[in-house]
Amino acid sequence: MSTIPGVVAINTFREAVRDRVLYNLIFFALMMISASILVGEISIGISRLVIINLGLSAISIFGLIMAIFIGVGLVSKEIEKRTLYTLLSKPVRRWEFLVGKFGGLLLTLTVNTALMTLGLAAALFYVSGNFLRADVSILVAVYFILLELALVTALALFFSCFSSPMLSTLFTLGIYVAGIFSKDIRDIGILTLNPVMQAAARVLYYVLPNFHNFNAITAAAHGESIPVSLIWQNTAYAGLYVALVLIGASAVFSGRNLK
Amino acid sequence: MSGQSHTRSLGFALIAIPILFLAIAWLQTRIDVETRTIAQQKEELLLRSGPLLKKLSLGYDSLLADIYWTRAVQYYGGRVGNAGEKFELLWPLLDITTSLDPKLIVAYRFGAIFLSEPAPMGADRADLAVELVKRGVAANPDDWRLDSDLGFLYYWHLKNYPEASAAYLEASKKKDGPVLMKMMAAEVAAKGNSFSASTAIWSEIYDTAQDPAVKKNAFQHLQSLQAQQDLLALDKYAEDYRRRNGRYPTTTRELYESGVLSGVPLDPAGIAYIFGSDGKAQLDPNSSVILDKPSKRSPR
Amino acid sequence: MGTPAIEIEGLTKDYAVGFWRKRMRRSLDNLTLQVQEGEAFGFLGPNGAGKTTTLKLLMSLIFPTAGTARVRGRSIDNVRMHREIGYLPEQPYFYDYLTARELLDYYARLFGYPAIERRQRVTRFLEHVGLADAGDVQLRKFSKGMLQRVGIAQAIIHDPQVVFLDEPMSGLDPVGRREVRDIILDLKRQGRTVFFSTHILSDAEMLCDRVAVLLGGKLQGVGAPGEIVSMEVYGMEIFFEMRAGSSLPTALAGHAARIGERYRVEVQEEQLYSALEQLRSCEARILSVTPLRPTLEDYFLKLVARDKAAAHPAGESAR
Repeated sequence: MSTIPGVVAINTFREAVRDRVLYNLIFFALMMISASILVGEISIGISRLVIINLGLSAISIFGLIMAIFIGVGLVSKEIEKRTLYTLLSKPVRRWEFLVGKFGGLLLTLTVNTALMTLGLAAALFYVSGNFLRADVSILVAVYFILLELALVTALALFFSCFSSPMLSTLFTLGIYVAGIFSKDIRDIGILTLNPVMQAAARVLYYVLPNFHNFNAITAAAHGESIPVSLIWQNTAYAGLYVALVLIGASAVFSGRNLK
Repeated sequence: MSGQSHTRSLGFALIAIPILFLAIAWLQTRIDVETRTIAQQKEELLLRSGPLLKKLSLGYDSLLADIYWTRAVQYYGGRVGNAGEKFELLWPLLDITTSLDPKLIVAYRFGAIFLSEPAPMGADRADLAVELVKRGVAANPDDWRLDSDLGFLYYWHLKNYPEASAAYLEASKKKDGPVLMKMMAAEVAAKGNSFSASTAIWSEIYDTAQDPAVKKNAFQHLQSLQAQQDLLALDKYAEDYRRRNGRYPTTTRELYESGVLSGVPLDPAGIAYIFGSDGKAQLDPNSSVILDKPSKRSPR
Repeated sequence: MGTPAIEIEGLTKDYAVGFWRKRMRRSLDNLTLQVQEGEAFGFLGPNGAGKTTTLKLLMSLIFPTAGTARVRGRSIDNVRMHREIGYLPEQPYFYDYLTARELLDYYARLFGYPAIERRQRVTRFLEHVGLADAGDVQLRKFSKGMLQRVGIAQAIIHDPQVVFLDEPMSGLDPVGRREVRDIILDLKRQGRTVFFSTHILSDAEMLCDRVAVLLGGKLQGVGAPGEIVSMEVYGMEIFFEMRAGSSLPTALAGHAARIGERYRVEVQEEQLYSALEQLRSCEARILSVTPLRPTLEDYFLKLVARDKAAAHPAGESAR
């Protein structure tokens, strides 16, 4: 199996680190510390709820911002800076390059998320003094967030292959929001009582990446268990969709003339 | 010409991508089943405060209102028919919807019908329905339909005929208020509960309903009213028959054959009425007509 | 004879230009040429002639509208071909957050060398291009000359048989240019094929076995530098200084060009001695006498002038 994607991935990760992307963790830490101190005044039941909600939401938002803003530059930056020219003169296939860039950003996001989760755990321990069995669902929620980020990264990378960073950001963000509300979009379409609109709404529902599948923050905050079958299903869903987007990106990118 | 590797990538993509989409769609259906079972066990609205949501929606109120409206409809539609269903979230959902967009008239009407409707068709909370509609009247002072709904609630569920009449009168004064409103006000003031008033109200709701659930509900009520009137009339004929023949009739056929009726009476679903052992007219158990709860029958 | 190192056949590239992308601009027109193993081959032409386009086509950075090319028998479509070639793009830019050593190591990894061999190669080639001391400096701190050298190092770190260099001397000071020249000569000595594009003709004359001249996307001529232009002497060039207070001999005054304190004059071969005699009589100091042969530059300028003249009467808008 080719190791080139791995090599490219490690280098992409190194670039992110040297670009001081991980400094966002400082901001996250400050936020969690302040929240823990403020919330300590309230009863333990509510303070746990707030810490978990805040922490998971922050992990999700920070991750999203990183995935989009770095993701849309993954390819376009290399083209703009012409570093891609020397790279492609080596025995590197274009799809290997894409998969490598994807992997590198995913690695960065995973490291970032893992560190944030540790911070969340620390804050949780600080306010409530212990961990409950039910807190496992927090880890599941974090895993779902990671799946979500993988999918957003793939989309950002796809757009990066042919459009400018700004347009790519708009497209990726647009699809993300649509994916959150895709259930409601489908339901509105069904309400119209127009068979064409209804059919279109249903098709759209299945085509859009349904990001609402991955939202387990409320469940984690209330300590509810998340069924194992859902974990497998979401993993498979994210995996298949990421594959789909990367295949599409490869098809687009391998025919592109690089100015 | 874009090179061999491009054609290969493109070809692979054209085959793989549709297959992947199919697999993804199938997965999504399984995920939907999974999340629905979870949701039904523990449905949750994280934020129930309408005003708070309005602030959070950053100006996209009416869009968010539409989303909550569709969720309310889906919520109702997904649960109607479940045994012992109380529709606990219906009020908060409609509350939020109308807080975000006070001009969404359909939401008030939906709430007027289904918040007040007793189980298993509704939440059995006429008080909340009244609160909702009153809010609607306040926010839409020129719209006669909301006063009409208020009148309906007072008349049908709360049996408060003075208030009902007053509401109908208000409706008749507003822009485009139909003549029917004036008639309703008068009739209710004079006679309280009556078949003619009830039929008029439900017919109006049926005719103007945009939501299929509301229309269906109105239709059921109309059928019920018709059946009730038929049954009362049949009871009278049965009495006549007894006086003449010494016993109650067992079937409606006997009434027809003895010349009391000019035909075999059918209920609104087209099925013949029957007589119980006590001589009282009844619906055939196979009929699809559902009678409203007995307290709605007007005194003789 | 064997397989040519580079075979290009009918290579053509059109670009869609204009706001609606309707018009076609042909930046490379039906290029056909062959380069043999071990040759140092110069690819000449003014800016915009299509040199960089050709190189990018060979690297599969862009794709041809028509035509094919093979390197060492392998089609340019084949990614394996890239194992045997090295490439230095025009004005290269590298990941500036990496050090020189890290950059070379990264590229070496792409070839799959094990760690020990990678380390050896990186050290060897850093030395080879004279950057042994700067190995751990971040590339963002490198001067243009240093970047060019790193560029050459990454192009040859895997010992490719064919090396493609796009304007390797551009932007370098004379010292830098000499170093690059030496590296190219060294590659030649090792038996590798070097294909480089340039618009500096003296370099081409000095280094190349053969050259190809490109103008307006079309191949104008291929051959040894001496074949393209005749070697005949067409005049003599005299550099001299005048003694303070003296004035130029009248016969030469009209033709002499003054460069600071010195003068330069071109005379026919037959008139050399009479010119020298005139200079001697006014006690001028002779600095040099050089026979003039046509250079590639002359050939070039003639070509360009002819091309311009052809363009103007037709009023064709090549833009």
